[in-house]
Amino acid sequence: MKHIISVLVQNKFGVLSRVANLFSASVGETQDHSISRMTIVVEGDDPILEQINKQLNKLVDVIKVVDFEGGEFVDRELVLVKINVTSHTRPEIMQVVDIFRARIVNVRERHFTVEVTGTEGKINAFLDLMRPFGIKELARTGKVAMARA
Amino acid sequence: MKGAELVIDCLVKEGVDVIFGFPGGSVLDIFDLINRSDLKLVLVRHEQGAAHMADAYARSTGKVGVCIATSGPGATNLVTGIATAYMDSIPIVALTGQVPTPMIGNDAFQEADVTGITRPITKHNYLVKTADELPSVIKEAFYIARSGRPGPVVIDIPKDVQKAESSKRYPEKHELPGYKPTIEGHVRQIRKVAAAVKEAKRPLVYAGGGILLSGAWDELRAFIRKTGIPVTTTLMGLGAVDETHPLSLKMLGMHGTKYANMAVCEADLVIAIGARFDDRVTGRLDQFAAHARFIHIDIDPSSISKNIKVDIPVVGDCKHVLEKLNEIVEPGDYADWVKTVTAWKEQYPLRYTQEADGPVKPQYVIEQVCDAVNGNAIVTTDVGQHQMWAAQFFTHRYPRSFCSSGGLGTMGYGFPAAIGAQFGNPDKRVVCFAGDGSIQMNVQELATAVDHKLPLLVCILDNRYLGMVRQWQRLFYGRNYSHTCLAETADRSGEPRMAPTQKEAAPTYHPDFVKLAEAYGAVGMRVSTPGEVRPAIDEALKETARPVWIDFLVAPEEDVWPMVPAGAAIHEMIDESSYTLL
Repeated sequence: MKHIISVLVQNKFGVLSRVANLFSASVGETQDHSISRMTIVVEGDDPILEQINKQLNKLVDVIKVVDFEGGEFVDRELVLVKINVTSHTRPEIMQVVDIFRARIVNVRERHFTVEVTGTEGKINAFLDLMRPFGIKELARTGKVAMARA
Repeated sequence: MKGAELVIDCLVKEGVDVIFGFPGGSVLDIFDLINRSDLKLVLVRHEQGAAHMADAYARSTGKVGVCIATSGPGATNLVTGIATAYMDSIPIVALTGQVPTPMIGNDAFQEADVTGITRPITKHNYLVKTADELPSVIKEAFYIARSGRPGPVVIDIPKDVQKAESSKRYPEKHELPGYKPTIEGHVRQIRKVAAAVKEAKRPLVYAGGGILLSGAWDELRAFIRKTGIPVTTTLMGLGAVDETHPLSLKMLGMHGTKYANMAVCEADLVIAIGARFDDRVTGRLDQFAAHARFIHIDIDPSSISKNIKVDIPVVGDCKHVLEKLNEIVEPGDYADWVKTVTAWKEQYPLRYTQEADGPVKPQYVIEQVCDAVNGNAIVTTDVGQHQMWAAQFFTHRYPRSFCSSGGLGTMGYGFPAAIGAQFGNPDKRVVCFAGDGSIQMNVQELATAVDHKLPLLVCILDNRYLGMVRQWQRLFYGRNYSHTCLAETADRSGEPRMAPTQKEAAPTYHPDFVKLAEAYGAVGMRVSTPGEVRPAIDEALKETARPVWIDFLVAPEEDVWPMVPAGAAIHEMIDESSYTLL
């Protein structure tokens, strides 16, 4: 089963690589500059999740570990995507961008750069629709998450 | 103060009295101050030796061991020693020089990414980017190394940081919001333990190195006295209980006693204290104590239910938990069980035969040393057959008196470890058991031992083989002794031509350990007959200012028994007479 785990860490040298030794994670500062939040997506059964939780807590720089499984949370991912455009495809792409509440952040004669945020499902749906036009470049932040409570 | 001064100042304030190390370009600023400070530096001949010395200093004293090396190769030479300490949860702080911060990443001379290299083998590590951080980093490093589940911490200090000025000083307190080891066990869990102990019919204590790390041997011995439960220890736990006690079952596991392993198999309650269910202990996991409930007392939550599903976990420091447990625990009725276990002890003792005119048996040497020092010595070992014999045939009575690389299995550990242990315990007798293979892996530290006039007794159990590997080749690889014979003139089958038995005769193997010891200014002796064993030991123990190396020419094909083959269940032990059945 897929788990989303939020990890509060001290903003110290090497902290991302200590955690990333174990997982793929997204990371960014919190409201406190000395603390960062990492969001990790992992798959595993209960004993594996228990070990993940314990191993994360074992790292000296880790302050708090929260597994969102079962609880209510909001998760988002941000994607920048460079899409091929021609005069023929331009209107259709703009329409789809509009439907997905995405934004065109850069316009060139042969391509758009589009910013889209949302859940994993929404982003994958958007990318599926763009793929026939030709995706030149793609950058994803990975998932960030926060409890509703 | 300059960064280098801060390092010295903070080490002194941490109570460090001795450092093991080797100089180099990137630690020159620190070395420039060491010989003018109160710190004693022991100059090693290879940085690996420094790490092992710091490690054994820590194991034998309970204090944090400290070593120092320069950047690049100095630091990478420490790596094996750091990994050794990590696997056995030994508190050491390793200081390494680093190239100046502007040059990091430029492939500078003697540059290596030391924090990157040591990340998976340290409890924590630091690259210090400014002199202002140094005092708090050093304070934290010592605290992290010795608290919770102890372990090695590396502090990598660039040369420009050592030269930079800072107004910061050794702080009163450390700030580690993410690091709060659980010391006190949960009261309700401890009550559950007491209830399970009372209910059990066939309980067994399985004690590990955590007992020695937390200083809980008195509490453990009190628990055994109060409950009357038989106790077995791991390799790391030797000395946690007095092996002459009737309830002691000595060591369990791959080369443990048959009675300890049988007790594990039949137990209905296994009480693991400061142990981690290592594969060398458990054998095949699904058959380890198959009828038992498990209690696990450990300070590291990630150790619990890692290999074995535990019924009653208690996270906490062994000493604190046992203190609380001893207040409330009551024994159940174990009379039949203790009778059974005692009968096994008599029925299946550790065995070997020393014939008066046969070759010297390594087990005999160990028993004779144990007798000569009255069981009261710090024993260090390398890794292999001699290590297992030292575990089996030395009677371990005292805590923090057995230093051996258990988890990592590092050949070359024993001799530098003896040096480190002697510095930590100047008034104690230190004995190193080594093999003729492993002693050569850190032979250069003879110079260090001679420099400091250390009266170490080093017993080389010289069988002209890499014995433990040869034992596996004998048992599992059809006696194909591929590259395990160290004798000079081995024939193609790997059979060594035996050295002549005359004491003075030139050996057919290399090196000549007697001449080697003498070349370094130590005392070298050779023993080739059983009658010479005890007189040589007694003679060696008279030496007060020089190390003595005794080269015991022992039976070349003696093997370690009993044995649980890798992957077999712990009760499926084989011995000399039954191995051919495999």
